[in-house]
Amino acid sequence: MTTTMPGPEIHGLGHSMKRKEDDRFVRGRGTYIEDVVLPRMLHMALLRSPLAHARIASIDPSAAAELPGVVAVVTGADLAAHNLAWMPTLSGDTQAVLATDKVRFQGQEVAAVVAEDPYVARDALELIEVDYEELPAVVDPHAALRPAAPVIRDDKEGQDTNLAYTWEAGDKAAADAAFAQADVVVSLDTHYPRCHPSPMETCGCVADVNAATGKATIYMTSQAPHAHRTLFAMVAGLPEQNIQIKTVDIGGGFGNKVPIYPGYVVATAASLLLDRPVKWIEDRTENLISTGFARDYHMHGELALNRDGRMLGLRVSMVSDQGAFFADAQPSKCRAGLFHIVTGSYDLTAAHVTGRGAYTNKAPGGVAYRCSFRVTEASFLIERLVQNAAYELGIDPAELRRLNFIRPEQFPYQSATGFLYDSGNYPAALQKALDAVGYDELRREQAEGRAQGKLMGIGIASFTEVVGAGPHKDYDIAGIKMFDSAELRVHPTGKAILKIGVQTQGQGHETTFAQIVANELRIPAEDVLVQYGDTDNTPYGLGTYASRSTPTAGAATAVVSRKLLDKGRKIAAHVLECSPDDLEWQSGRFVVKGTPEQAVTIQDVAFAAYTNHPDDLEAGLEGVTYYDPPNMTYPFGTYVVVVDVDPETGVWTVRRAVAVDDCGVRINPMIVEGQLHGGLAEGYGIAAMQLITFDEQGNCIGSNFMDYLLPTSWETPRFETYAMETPSPHHPLGAKGVGESATVGSPAAYVNAVIDALTHLGVRNIDMPVTSAKVWQAIQQASP
Amino acid sequence: MARITVTVNGADHTDEVEPRLLLAHYLRDKLRLTGTHIGCDTTNCGACTVLCDGLPVKSCTMFAVQADGREIITVEGLATGGQLQPIQQGFKEEHGLQCGFCTPGMMVAATALLERNPDPSEEEIRWALSGNVCRCTGYVNIVKAVRWAAQAMQEQAAPEEPATRQPATEQAATR
Repeated sequence: MTTTMPGPEIHGLGHSMKRKEDDRFVRGRGTYIEDVVLPRMLHMALLRSPLAHARIASIDPSAAAELPGVVAVVTGADLAAHNLAWMPTLSGDTQAVLATDKVRFQGQEVAAVVAEDPYVARDALELIEVDYEELPAVVDPHAALRPAAPVIRDDKEGQDTNLAYTWEAGDKAAADAAFAQADVVVSLDTHYPRCHPSPMETCGCVADVNAATGKATIYMTSQAPHAHRTLFAMVAGLPEQNIQIKTVDIGGGFGNKVPIYPGYVVATAASLLLDRPVKWIEDRTENLISTGFARDYHMHGELALNRDGRMLGLRVSMVSDQGAFFADAQPSKCRAGLFHIVTGSYDLTAAHVTGRGAYTNKAPGGVAYRCSFRVTEASFLIERLVQNAAYELGIDPAELRRLNFIRPEQFPYQSATGFLYDSGNYPAALQKALDAVGYDELRREQAEGRAQGKLMGIGIASFTEVVGAGPHKDYDIAGIKMFDSAELRVHPTGKAILKIGVQTQGQGHETTFAQIVANELRIPAEDVLVQYGDTDNTPYGLGTYASRSTPTAGAATAVVSRKLLDKGRKIAAHVLECSPDDLEWQSGRFVVKGTPEQAVTIQDVAFAAYTNHPDDLEAGLEGVTYYDPPNMTYPFGTYVVVVDVDPETGVWTVRRAVAVDDCGVRINPMIVEGQLHGGLAEGYGIAAMQLITFDEQGNCIGSNFMDYLLPTSWETPRFETYAMETPSPHHPLGAKGVGESATVGSPAAYVNAVIDALTHLGVRNIDMPVTSAKVWQAIQQASP
Repeated sequence: MARITVTVNGADHTDEVEPRLLLAHYLRDKLRLTGTHIGCDTTNCGACTVLCDGLPVKSCTMFAVQADGREIITVEGLATGGQLQPIQQGFKEEHGLQCGFCTPGMMVAATALLERNPDPSEEEIRWALSGNVCRCTGYVNIVKAVRWAAQAMQEQAAPEEPATRQPATEQAATR
């Protein structure tokens, strides 16, 4: 591994280089999807179901079609004529593009209007007459799984219940045996509620199918453009070479822009039929009620322990609320994502996890919202269980964790549910966080305060993630293996262009990936242009989600750089008229051993690659690497949150939020810290306010930013971040990925803090979002 | 249709517009100033914030006809002569942006804050920007960016004399 610290002009590993992308963004000169305007472009708007469950008796689009300015009205029947009324989901299910038989959730796509003007398209939606026959809505997943429940997916042959899937991991017999020996069993039932990633930019596309050339250029908000191109080819039957996905700038993703949504498909079909570009941009309500939600896991966990605090076994059963279509964006083998990482940071040798998915009359989705395929739900459950076990045993929550951590010398560690943890130092992260927050002093303050009726709580979460999908044997998206790629060309003047298969949505790839090249080749990062997001001009890759960019495409970038360096050595030897073995690579120069005045720079080598290359070598300095990681990476850390709870109102405020993160080697520490801040804020939002819920009729509550609350600068805590660095042993740079650590780890820390403030009153659980009303109620019920 | 004349970033524009046309759409679609973004439609997120006669307003909740005769400043009007204005520079220096979508509105709201309070505390910055939602940064570096700009502007304005401190307003106009 390269560990040299670069000078500031190179901006290699460990340098907080200012971001290359910022100059256009601070000038308002980014190009987001809504900024794309093409000649002859039309505008599309979608009619959505007002009801959660209803049979469609008839659709009459005639009045809408007659409105001046309307070019076309598209219904499910129109799409069905082209075999496009249904599409596959990323979990192997089907999803209606435009409803033909029934509507199955409020907000489902029913028809589309294409018009010359976006306002006219909206006007025309009002004129479409749909006759619905209302059916009973199924909103509770437990009720959905009872035998008498109305069957939502009667479109699927043989589907006579609302069961979407069953799944299990671990060893039931071993877990049961562990529980039989336990002194204490601590259990917890908790609902990790449905929430929504809500990037500031909604989803949208401009589909431009050119009848003259046969080329379909689709500008879209996609976190995975290459995979989307392949899926478009498979679904629409278009030749893949004639489909080009272009992403332009993406205004945040967080998992929301991983799936293919009906709007993309309808816009593309409309463009194909009308031979004109068609733009479709969601409004915020459409984004909240129809696109990829997250979480919605009803979890039951049981932890078996000895009286002295040694954990023996874990049993978890879970029911997931999938909505009307099973559309989790996750590897096809993983029905519940990576939820079986639920043993967390602990040496739990016996574990058994089961899950059942329920169809309900709610929006489909189940995206990994700033998380690696359900690892967030897992981390939350184990960290809440451990906290409650500490109260049950009368052991300090920090001490109980320390007693049961996987020890540093146990890595690589084979977990009971099948993961091979690559590296970690959990006790050190915990200790660093406790020292930073002043844990012992806070516990003293808490004890004294309680005597005076003060409610202060300290919440800990010592999380472990599993990211960087993935090794091809286990991980895929719709059958496409989850490797990733990098293509690098160094031009004659020593400037480079790097093309990657992943897709930034704000993570700063244009900077970070340039720094990787800079680190390897000593070409200044300023001289490296990073390109992505145009499927015709970048190597195939699976996109950015699940913290996979650095573990996969970052590794590919390092590997391809090293390939170029190997070739560069041969070119340097040719120029210097010596053997390649006589050369030493010294910080950007090949130097003849023993004669330091005989040397060529990497820029000299690049020039020679095109002007003076040896006869036995191809010209040029260019390469491509497809990197298949040997294992996942396992970032970890400890978060400690301190809250003060007002006993009169239940209002809780965060006094301290300390985060110790170890994501291996940090390429750009400034960007890493920024990612952690964002995740800590979203974790706070999830713990405190972000809730998508439904009434008994299946009406979505949380369909706009007045009802679906996001944390602002006013509520959001001030974060204190600390770094540790335990390199990944298998990643070429020792890096692990970081974008999601804080969203995964922090919700349990916030909730544990509130519970910790109330634990002496007997309170053991409050489901998220932990609102002041729920806290007040818990205090009222607990008080004598 | 209604005839309006609006001064946008110093230039006068006269157009025939539908009375229902939102100011945000007028700026984006008619004038092609796409730096003003639309994030929510309900006045909650602040991505569309522009200055209207010096006050921050959410342009998704104002009709273009209401801007008739007024002076609008958008993100494109912040930099002068190709030079970044201190707030823009501060956002870059302190990593106050990631995806960049909320950034124009955030910077415009911060411009209005520094106009009336050149030396705001962290508390005052957080209150003034609480009508602008960011999903990427967790706000820590946005606060730092505004502080960076405040200091840079004070140094520019009067390097030898400390700037006079304006009293903080009770509530941000964008709230």
